[in-house]
Amino acid sequence: MQVMTDLFARIFGDGLSSLGLLVAGGLTMALIMALVMASCAIVFTWAERKVAGFIQSRYGPMRVGRWHGVLQPVADMVKILGKEDIVPRDADKPLFMLAPFVIFVGSLMAWAAIPFAPGFIAADLDLGLFYIFAVSSAATIGILMAGWASNNKWSLYGAARGAAQAVSYEIPLALACIPVVMITGSLNMNDIVIAQQGGIWRWHFLHDPFLFVAFLLYFVASIAEVNRGPFDLPETESELVAGYHTEYTGMRFAFFFLAEYANLFLVSCVATAVFLGGWQPLFGPVFLPGLVFVIKAVLLVLLQMWLRWTLPRLRVDQLMHVCWKVMVPLALVCVLGAGIWMLATGQAG
Amino acid sequence: MTVGLEHYLTVSALLFGLGLYAVLTRRNAVALLMGVELILNAANLNFVAFARFVDGGVEGHIVAAFVIVLAAAEAAVALAIVLAMFRNFGTVNVDTVNRLKR
Amino acid sequence: MSGDLVFYGFALLTVLSGFFVVASRNVVHAAFSLLFTLFGVAGLYAQLGADFLAVTQTVVYIGGILVLVIFAVMMTRIPRGDAPRRGLDRAVPAAILALLVFALIYMVIVGTRWPERAAGAPEATVAEIGTGLMTTFVFPFEYASLVLLAAMVGAAILIRERAPADDAADADDAAGEGEVRS
Repeated sequence: MQVMTDLFARIFGDGLSSLGLLVAGGLTMALIMALVMASCAIVFTWAERKVAGFIQSRYGPMRVGRWHGVLQPVADMVKILGKEDIVPRDADKPLFMLAPFVIFVGSLMAWAAIPFAPGFIAADLDLGLFYIFAVSSAATIGILMAGWASNNKWSLYGAARGAAQAVSYEIPLALACIPVVMITGSLNMNDIVIAQQGGIWRWHFLHDPFLFVAFLLYFVASIAEVNRGPFDLPETESELVAGYHTEYTGMRFAFFFLAEYANLFLVSCVATAVFLGGWQPLFGPVFLPGLVFVIKAVLLVLLQMWLRWTLPRLRVDQLMHVCWKVMVPLALVCVLGAGIWMLATGQAG
Repeated sequence: MTVGLEHYLTVSALLFGLGLYAVLTRRNAVALLMGVELILNAANLNFVAFARFVDGGVEGHIVAAFVIVLAAAEAAVALAIVLAMFRNFGTVNVDTVNRLKR
Repeated sequence: MSGDLVFYGFALLTVLSGFFVVASRNVVHAAFSLLFTLFGVAGLYAQLGADFLAVTQTVVYIGGILVLVIFAVMMTRIPRGDAPRRGLDRAVPAAILALLVFALIYMVIVGTRWPERAAGAPEATVAEIGTGLMTTFVFPFEYASLVLLAAMVGAAILIRERAPADDAADADDAAGEGEVRS
């Protein structure tokens, strides 16, 4: 945000008032982030189908585009934009229209605090990590809104499951990050990345055994948080048609789709920044920071896809059991253990 | 006129009035609870506004944080009561639920 | 100047959606409208330099309490559609009373000479709040955790159904619904 505002100030000089600068900077930043989200969705849908094909011993899309169907997502996009925009007759119209945007905006706002490279962060907030969890938790309301407004029992089931799952798995997700915050002494995403300078052994997931467990907990919870297999109960196509976005078509469906893949990349970016050293390379000096960051995050995304197409889906009660009786206590043990470790090794101030 | 303490206090007073109206008129227990949340938000806004313009410290923020925590506890218990009420009486209308025993 | 416009934007959002929360006869619409009220208040906190509170408001109110409220609305309302029209016998006196209270508070606000300091917003509030919670406010802090525990146990017991066979599963559900994040 600051970067953009400064840029506009330099371009236009005194031609723009402070408000104009604020609006112009904010809009540009939002546009850039929306483009990042769109490209995420485009790249990852193709990757997802290719990964699925590879795991199931088939090719996946091969036709559109010269090489291995690389242009398939573009064709899909054109198709989705050409679809008729259907609003069910008995739907709660205002809420039905609003829901995709609430989900999309919740996901878009979280991108502001992701540090892709030194200085390349939309909003360098003191509360960066906390902020990301906060705005992504707001998207839960959008899920409930979509499920209720559709006036369809499958949608409502999906929404109820999705909201319960998101609210529950946020707890281990946030608790797993607390040891890192304790070590760094800051919630600022930049500070967290900078604290991991100096090669892979300085990255937080190798800091001590408790943090390694915390990283695994974060990874599992993040898969559940973005509603993907083996935790994709809100959308279970074998039970609920498509969950809370069953009734959506065309552009509105595209918003759900965009938000889903953007969230997938978002949790991987947070994991990269918090546990895997952010833009810091495996060893040696900082080199092409943005690229290093994106490669790490994309590898995590591929890992999530691998899990999705390999593991069977959980049952609803198992899902809650895992969260409340296994992951939350384990995360609390990690917080305690990391604190004791800091005391024992003399890192506590 | 630049925005100052009075502006924030006015917004807070408006929220308080709206919440009060909801608490007085609503018969649905959940909607009543929403009115209570509006009132709590109005009080919190006052705390933060005074902390910013009069006190200058963060004590107001801490008190507001406590209010938020207690609001969460209150909402959990109140909604559990509402659900129990719905299970036993089949309604959440606070006017019809006036017996101690079924 | 731009800050003022941002304030008016958030204030308008808060008050208008708050009005809708109160006036809408459809409880579900009222609950979703509360989302914008709470978001507006969070924005006002941010304008006042209370960044920690703004984020806490989003996490606890929007991500927690509001989800609970919407769940409760959905579970306690089987038929769709609007509630029956409220009789004016209650709305008119309530409106008059609410207006009178607002007028009284407004007169106090305008009539009082507040000891305003031109102090800017505090810089990093998180560190100060953390220190405050661990020193001056340590007793309320610990007490709040007790209250939360009591609320959680109470909510779990209230939700619990009588059938002994379902007890274990129900206690789980209640813990999920009654959970509150601090």
